Amino acid sequence: MSAQIHGVLPFDKEKRKQIKFSDDALQTIENIKKRYPEGKQKSALIPVLHIAQAENDGWLSPEVMDYVAELLNISPIEVFEVASFYTMFNLKPVGKCVLEVCRTSSCWLNGANEIVAYIEKKLGIKEGETTPDGMFTLKTVECLGSCGTAPMMQCGASYHENLTFEKIDAIIEKYRKENKRRNYTDLDWENTK
Amino acid sequence: MGRKLLLDKIHIPGIQSYEVYRQNGGYTAVEKALKNYSPDQIVEEVKKSGLRGRGGAGFPTGMKWSFLAKPPGVPRYLLCNADESEPGTFKDRYLMEHIPHLLIEGMIISSYALGANTSYIYIRGEYFYVSRILEKAIAEAYQHGWLGKNILGTDYSLDLYVQVGAGAYICGEETALIESLEGKRGNPRIKPPFPAVAGLWGCPTVVNNVETISAVVPIINIGGEEYAKIGIGKSTGTKLISASGHINKPGVYEIELGLPVEEFIYSDEYCGGIRNGKKLKAVVAGGSSVPILPAELILKTAKGEPRLMSYESLADGGFQTGTMLGSGGFIVMDEDTSVVENLYTFTRFYHHESCGQCSPCREGTGWMEKILKKFIDGTATMSDVDLLWDIQSKIDGRTICPLGDAASWPVASAIRHFRHEFEEAVRNKGIKKVNYYNKRWGLVEV
Ligand SMILES: Cc1cc2nc3c(=O)[nH]c(=O)nc-3n(C[C@H](O)[C@H](O)[C@H](O)COP(=O)(O)O)c2cc1C
Ligand code: SF4
Ligand code: FES
Repeated sequence: MSAQIHGVLPFDKEKRKQIKFSDDALQTIENIKKRYPEGKQKSALIPVLHIAQAENDGWLSPEVMDYVAELLNISPIEVFEVASFYTMFNLKPVGKCVLEVCRTSSCWLNGANEIVAYIEKKLGIKEGETTPDGMFTLKTVECLGSCGTAPMMQCGASYHENLTFEKIDAIIEKYRKENKRRNYTDLDWENTK
Repeated sequence: MGRKLLLDKIHIPGIQSYEVYRQNGGYTAVEKALKNYSPDQIVEEVKKSGLRGRGGAGFPTGMKWSFLAKPPGVPRYLLCNADESEPGTFKDRYLMEHIPHLLIEGMIISSYALGANTSYIYIRGEYFYVSRILEKAIAEAYQHGWLGKNILGTDYSLDLYVQVGAGAYICGEETALIESLEGKRGNPRIKPPFPAVAGLWGCPTVVNNVETISAVVPIINIGGEEYAKIGIGKSTGTKLISASGHINKPGVYEIELGLPVEEFIYSDEYCGGIRNGKKLKAVVAGGSSVPILPAELILKTAKGEPRLMSYESLADGGFQTGTMLGSGGFIVMDEDTSVVENLYTFTRFYHHESCGQCSPCREGTGWMEKILKKFIDGTATMSDVDLLWDIQSKIDGRTICPLGDAASWPVASAIRHFRHEFEEAVRNKGIKKVNYYNKRWGLVEV
């Protein structure tokens, strides 16, 4: 089973055996499966991968994808096909807080490049990299539907809009202090307008 | 002041909640629809209203609904397209975040009209927090009997679910959206068959934009005929415009179609003019996909008539001198902006978002991105302008889905109207650096 995804990252049978989602997550997954007609449970894949990513330190390991395949009774390659298509799924480990700065037109017109450069300097990393302490990953992304409040970035479920360097300082300081992982699925989003 | 049909209640404190929404006339359109109209009569009402799809293509909604196949014993589906990823567009997010029950009300009426008993709102994954707001509103609607079995004691039942995506512009294309909802990669399907015949799980399906479905609520409230009186010609009703870029007042505005572009840009009721007292250089009027126009052509048509915010007026002159209303993503650029560098951000976007099924789109967008980068880095030559033109012309019309066209039109229009800027970039070996952050916050004399 799952030979197809072994080639991407080393597949660890021991790790696979240890994977178990929280009861809360498993219950949510069962509820999601009920949204579709009998036999169409594959439709749950994307919502379930979001939960899986949150349960697995922010990324989808081959072992987790294999586990998801079993939960939905589909083949591992079907999971990998989808996980590798969508940009919100990380196939490699990421920091606890992934700062995703939009740099498309309206954000670029309002200083996205300068924002990226500021964060790079502040955190001492380049776009795509993670700080050595595993706290922050910096990513650039395409339009997030916040063009009227540009420049902006997303972190987990939260939208940070009308960004200034001072705002970034405050956000980074707060995140550092709280030292917790931020997921898209979090219920405690705190947008800064 | 233009008439407001979608945002008229948005500033009422607490309108996000069921109680306040209901106290302010919410869900009366559902009552009216389910008690006084048959499903076909609602389709007729929407036809009379002249409502056109607000997702970008502007296809008449009533007509689209009447194409839905109705084989006996086969379920039909209504899918709301809340993928909203066209750069420059943020109106759907605004509606769903601030007045979520409006969309839910629209979904109930539209699902009833189409005979759908299960409907989904497909929302882009980045809007996760908005999906929570919608889910809460849906739970409230169930609680008060607007969703579920035998709504208002009729024999009509409806279940409504929110489905989140995971970051892919292409899933806004309706067949890619369906694939994604089936738990697959967002690869658009070859048409025919159209979703109206074989869509979600092979069943007849209608896909409509958030704003389109929301507009059904006022149409039922005031009547199709009354709705059609608003606007101009075949551009009936109101439209949400997402205004961004170098303007004093970016934001979402509801306009009556037919408003002069000049008034939209310069009046204090809307964009409030160009920031820092700068001059207008160019506008992308309907989201990243539509042709960019220089100031003189966005304010007036080639014939010298005032340009209006309507499907027809914006398209006046075809691609030679006109553009499109598209999704209503209105991006404004001042005189210091490099059209070439802006185009680079668009082209990088399309390259990133191409699903990769068609070679012209997959390869062509990548080539164009690379060539545009050369203009910025100062390594482009004069022949690169013609090469860009050549590549875009070979993508347009040669792909499975319209993303290919959408990637080529911005390139074609930038070269058509701003060829001199490409040539300057070659001569000057690059593009003048502008600190847009300082401009944004007025930090230096600009
Ligand atoms: C690449 C691409 C992206 C699209 N993105 C969206 C989108 O984010 N939202 C949307 O409503 N329509 C989008 N559309 C248009 C849809 O395919 C479809 O026409 C629309 O949802 C129909 O709804 P309407 O008739 O209410 O406008 C997109 C089309 C293409 C080709
Ligand atoms: S045009 Fe581009 S996005 Fe559309 S199907 Fe072809 S490759 Fe995919
Ligand atoms: S361009 Fe950055 S949010 Fe739209």
